[in-house]
Amino acid sequence: MPSKPHALAGSLLGLLALLATPAFAQTPAPSLNSGDTAWLLTSSALVLLMTIPGLGLFYSGMVRKKNVLATLAQSFGATALVSVLWMVMSYSLAFKANSNPSLNQFIGDFSYLFLQPMKVDSLSGTISESVFMLFQMTFAIITPALIAGAFADRMKFSAFLWFIGLWLIFVYCPIAHMVWGGGLLFTMGALDYAGGSVVHLNAGTAALVTCLVLGKRIGYGRENMSPHNLVLSVIGASLLWVGWFGFNAGSAVTAGFNAGMAALATQIATAAAALSWMFAEWAIAKKPSVLGMISGAVAGLVAITPASGFVDPVGALIIGITAGVVCYVAAVWMKKALGYDDSLDAWGIHGVGGALGAILTGAFASSAINPAGKGWLNDGNIGQMLIQLYDVGITFLYCAVGTFIILKLVDMIIGLRVSPEVEVEGLDINLHGETVHD
Amino acid sequence: MKLITAIIKPFKLDEVRESLSALGVQGMTVTEVKGYGRQKGHTEIYRGAEYAVSFLPKLKIEVAVKSEMLEAVIDAITSKAKTGQIGDGKIFVTPLEQVVRIRTGETDGDAL
Repeated sequence: MPSKPHALAGSLLGLLALLATPAFAQTPAPSLNSGDTAWLLTSSALVLLMTIPGLGLFYSGMVRKKNVLATLAQSFGATALVSVLWMVMSYSLAFKANSNPSLNQFIGDFSYLFLQPMKVDSLSGTISESVFMLFQMTFAIITPALIAGAFADRMKFSAFLWFIGLWLIFVYCPIAHMVWGGGLLFTMGALDYAGGSVVHLNAGTAALVTCLVLGKRIGYGRENMSPHNLVLSVIGASLLWVGWFGFNAGSAVTAGFNAGMAALATQIATAAAALSWMFAEWAIAKKPSVLGMISGAVAGLVAITPASGFVDPVGALIIGITAGVVCYVAAVWMKKALGYDDSLDAWGIHGVGGALGAILTGAFASSAINPAGKGWLNDGNIGQMLIQLYDVGITFLYCAVGTFIILKLVDMIIGLRVSPEVEVEGLDINLHGETVHD
Repeated sequence: MKLITAIIKPFKLDEVRESLSALGVQGMTVTEVKGYGRQKGHTEIYRGAEYAVSFLPKLKIEVAVKSEMLEAVIDAITSKAKTGQIGDGKIFVTPLEQVVRIRTGETDGDAL
């Protein structure tokens, strides 16, 4: 995650320091910027809002009524479990440098176990480290929660908790470290502003593997599995859209020009993708569905995630239009053609959209927007495309293998899938002892 | 006495009720029902997954009338519930053996 000090603010600070202490005209030690810290506090709350209630509502509106509480429980359970694990060890594993340089390519260390070395005035860039840690925690929360869309309606809640806990430690932490924590992909220069590969391609790949390992829902393709209440999904998708300003603009880790451009790119791409999915569906299926519009918006949010903060408004527009059409094809046509039951299209939207966004970031990144990102079309840096492809390939492969091993392990020890009787009767009453009444 | 059971399109209820009131019909029972006839159902599409919905929402009206009012009531329902499109519904007429008003114990014609 690039953290560019605001150039103007930096020179002003330097000038003030010069005036105040003319005898010690050295570069001032980094100090807390209250504007940056305030924005990251706000962003942390916004990204948490994406998972609860945003993603919870988005997903639970699309399942059948007998599984609505179980679906909400997955988002809520992930939030609670990941928060604790992040504090205990995962923040340290993802973001702390490993003293062994070869290991540091892949994973951090345990130096921040239980956050012991963190002090109240510890800094990360210009914000307090407690806020940086909290902000990153909200990303770690939504990533495993996203996977649940692929195995909706059929995984045991106990298996879900074991799976996402292990997945966080063994898949999310290494990939976050490789891209953001100073590891392999970071060193190589992969551009991922807010988590196109770390969050979305990663969650989407895990989703694909999970739905292949678990198999289809009973009755898939024969029974009516239409969404029980799309109003919930519209509210959820809208909360995702709003919360995503924290996700993308917060990833500037400052409250300056970069955050502003990332927010603008986010809005443009999301709107464009909602339209392009809608028009694609209108042309092919003859009606512009509400589910299509909100799916397109989420596809746009996903695809602009790695690019926001690197691309100009026109780049954002093109990325959005492309994402809406490509994810429509993935969720509607590719899923049917290949026959897997990615129930709520976690792979079709987050996996495909994340990979697409990562690759298009290499095409549209512009050094005029952010000197940290030189792309192909604006800067003639075609090599960036290769780096982005490599980033996508490594993330996909590592995640697919890691996810598969964890799933097999959990399946061996406690079993992944509910019994057919429970699946048909519904997860709410059988797993949680509750139901939604009219 | 006759029991008239009519299946109609939901949005036609008010017009039918008004015209029956004007004829002097004193009461009716309305139920929300689902069913199919020649209209069949419709198709819903969610991200490319098509589901055939065989049963469409309709309203079932039940009216009990004296035999001499039968033709007028059928005419009223037919003219008011008609759109000319497939799916307008049907009217079923059955003979009614006995009617009792629970509050007073009145029977048959007095109870209608």
